[in-house]
Amino acid sequence: MLERSEEIPNHKGIWVFTEQIDGKLKNVGLELLGAGRKIADKLGEELVAVLLGHDVNGLVKDLGAYGADKVILVEHELLKQFTVDAYTKVLAELSIKHKPSVFFIGGTLNGRELAPRLAARLNTGITSDCVDFDINSDGHLIHVKPFGKLMAKIICKTRPQMATAKPNVFKKLEPNWDRRAKIVREEVKINPEDIRTKILGRVEANKNPYGSIEDADVIVAVGKGLCSKENLKLIQELADLLGASVACTRPTVDRGWLPSSQQVGQSGKTVSPKLYIAIGISGAMYHTVGMKNSDIIIAINKDPKAPIFQIATYGVVGDLFKILPLLIDRLKKEVKEVKLRITAKDTQKRIN
Amino acid sequence: MSKAGLKIIVCIKQVPAVQDIKIDPITHTLIRESMPSMLNPWDEIGVEEGIRLREKYGGEVTVITMGPMQAKEAILRCLAMGADRGIIISDKALAGSDTIATAYALYMQIKKMEYDLIICGKISTDSETGHIGPHLAELLNIPQICYVKKVDLDIEKRRIIAHKEADGGIEIVEAPLPALMTTTIGLNEPRLPTLKGIISSKRKEVKVVTAKDLGGSLSNYGLRGSPTFVDEVFEPPSRKPEMIFQGDPKEAVEKIVQVLLNKKLISSRS
Ligand SMILES: Cc1cc2nc3c(=O)[nH]c(=O)nc-3n(C[C@H](O)[C@H](O)[C@H](O)COP(=O)(O)OP(=O)(O)OC[C@H]3O[C@@H](n4cnc5c(N)ncnc54)[C@H](O)[C@@H]3O)c2cc1C
Ligand SMILES: Cc1cc2nc3c(=O)[nH]c(=O)nc-3n(C[C@H](O)[C@H](O)[C@H](O)COP(=O)(O)OP(=O)(O)OC[C@H]3O[C@@H](n4cnc5c(N)ncnc54)[C@H](O)[C@@H]3O)c2cc1C
Repeated sequence: MLERSEEIPNHKGIWVFTEQIDGKLKNVGLELLGAGRKIADKLGEELVAVLLGHDVNGLVKDLGAYGADKVILVEHELLKQFTVDAYTKVLAELSIKHKPSVFFIGGTLNGRELAPRLAARLNTGITSDCVDFDINSDGHLIHVKPFGKLMAKIICKTRPQMATAKPNVFKKLEPNWDRRAKIVREEVKINPEDIRTKILGRVEANKNPYGSIEDADVIVAVGKGLCSKENLKLIQELADLLGASVACTRPTVDRGWLPSSQQVGQSGKTVSPKLYIAIGISGAMYHTVGMKNSDIIIAINKDPKAPIFQIATYGVVGDLFKILPLLIDRLKKEVKEVKLRITAKDTQKRIN
Repeated sequence: MSKAGLKIIVCIKQVPAVQDIKIDPITHTLIRESMPSMLNPWDEIGVEEGIRLREKYGGEVTVITMGPMQAKEAILRCLAMGADRGIIISDKALAGSDTIATAYALYMQIKKMEYDLIICGKISTDSETGHIGPHLAELLNIPQICYVKKVDLDIEKRRIIAHKEADGGIEIVEAPLPALMTTTIGLNEPRLPTLKGIISSKRKEVKVVTAKDLGGSLSNYGLRGSPTFVDEVFEPPSRKPEMIFQGDPKEAVEKIVQVLLNKKLISSRS
């Protein structure tokens, strides 16, 4: 086992593993560059994106635009597809050589396999699902994460200080295409025998009838207040009218009303749409950590004391079974009118 | 594989059976004593899968947990389901372990044992890091397959073949044994313990292991052996609502529609 590194001053640099799949960068890596920029500036250290793959050097300019000062690039045929064995090996060797002080990894499925394995190889601490970062007076990274009904500030005594975050928790910087990152190419030896877990094939997922929630602009979310699976019809109708995806709380998944792919919260997904309509949701912290960054939150709940009203932008106290049918009727009319107006405008344009 | 057949180890955790866990304000750790508890659902699935593989190929299923002695209840449940024996690692010196220290203690025990397959849950319901499986696979220097949806073994070639969750679909993967896998909901439907199972579980061995039994320096365990610690807990900041509508549902609906129109959130897309 590797000796624990507690020689803090020897470790410098904020690293972000910027995952790519089939030559496309995952958003969460860019979001963590945004979070890392703030920390790097506070400490006066470099923000480094670590990019692994095969023929991926075209992505370097994106990483610069989104805030990286430097990109460590490792290209190898055996890195074309993610494998936990090859990626752990390369990242561990880079980390031992360059000694970063912080190492962020996005909480994708791959990231959640990779990060804890890497932490054990480096014999260092790792904090999962962080929602904020700061630096304390001793120069340690403060990892903020949900902890029961409260939030916790976690400190790591060893280096690098490793952390994961879910997609959509941190915000990407506005890209600045004039900003260029320095490229550092690294060679790492990888042999086919290093890869013990081999990929034999892939089966693509079926299309999701409720819509993907990670990148939706509008989300209609339901909780246990819906009372039964049959009532989902109401929700689906509202979602269709708004062009929204359907999301839900954990108890509705436990009851088999909706698949876990739609669950928002601590053990589900984090979302930040323009509009989140929470219907029959109490607003437990484990749910709200996954949606509180939405631009506008509208809550419908019959209990005026429901905690969801503490974070809602607009709240409606009332029975969802009375409100939703009225809202659906009203929206049908409105959507028709909007359509008419747009067609009228189009006709106008064509005439002009 | 030894002559006695497959050796399967399932790591299990007892978790609070309540939705909202309580934190000790002084030590910043989970209050576990006197709380209603249950077997972590992912571990119930792990025990079921272990038993099914044993039923198919012969061998032995051992369940291991690290936790307060109360966690023996969870071990007994696994034995009643059909696991063969249990080990509980329990010691005051282990309190306050983060995931690295937890995995280290499990590693110190498991490395002394024979195993072909280790099964962990994808996550546990109380802290949900999902770190333990990958940590443990790394410490034991064996391959890992996370988020397994379907699994089989090739006994001749000593390999595990699995379907696993991956971004945008399912991946079919294989690895040489010994290996570690983590379970997902839906891998199987765990059986309920039968009365016969409950009775026979009483005769099964449950070994208690202390930190000293694990070996090595005590400073590697518990809070002292943990690279991370909770420095502070605080109330999450609340966002002030702009408007709350009560009373006539018709009026409330009208207000929502106005908000949607003002913010240009009603479109003609539909
Ligand atoms: C470790 C851990 C992780 C968790 N992860 C998640 C997670 O990822 N996501 C998640 O959502 N939860 C999670 N939970 C559970 C979470 O703590 C809450 O229990 C859950 O979010 C509550 O779901 P709910 O709001 O649907 O149900 P409830 O809390 O039961 O709320 C139902 C609400 O509906 C309202 N209602 C009932 N009838 C009507 C009606 N006719 N009209 C209007 N309103 C009505 C009620 O007033 C109530 O407020 C987690 C818990 C733990 C311990
Ligand atoms: C709210 C909260 C957040 C926390 N966050 C962090 C964090 O970010 N980083 C950190 O280092 N520590 C963290 N901890 C401490 C951590 O929860 C403990 O170390 C815990 O005992 C193991 O982690 P887990 O439950 O998250 O395991 P997970 O990795 O989620 O559990 C997955 C599987 O590992 C096995 N397993 C887990 N625990 C045991 C056990 N005791 N005995 C046998 N098998 C087991 C089971 O098979 C289980 O299904 C946190 C604690 C709390 C209460």
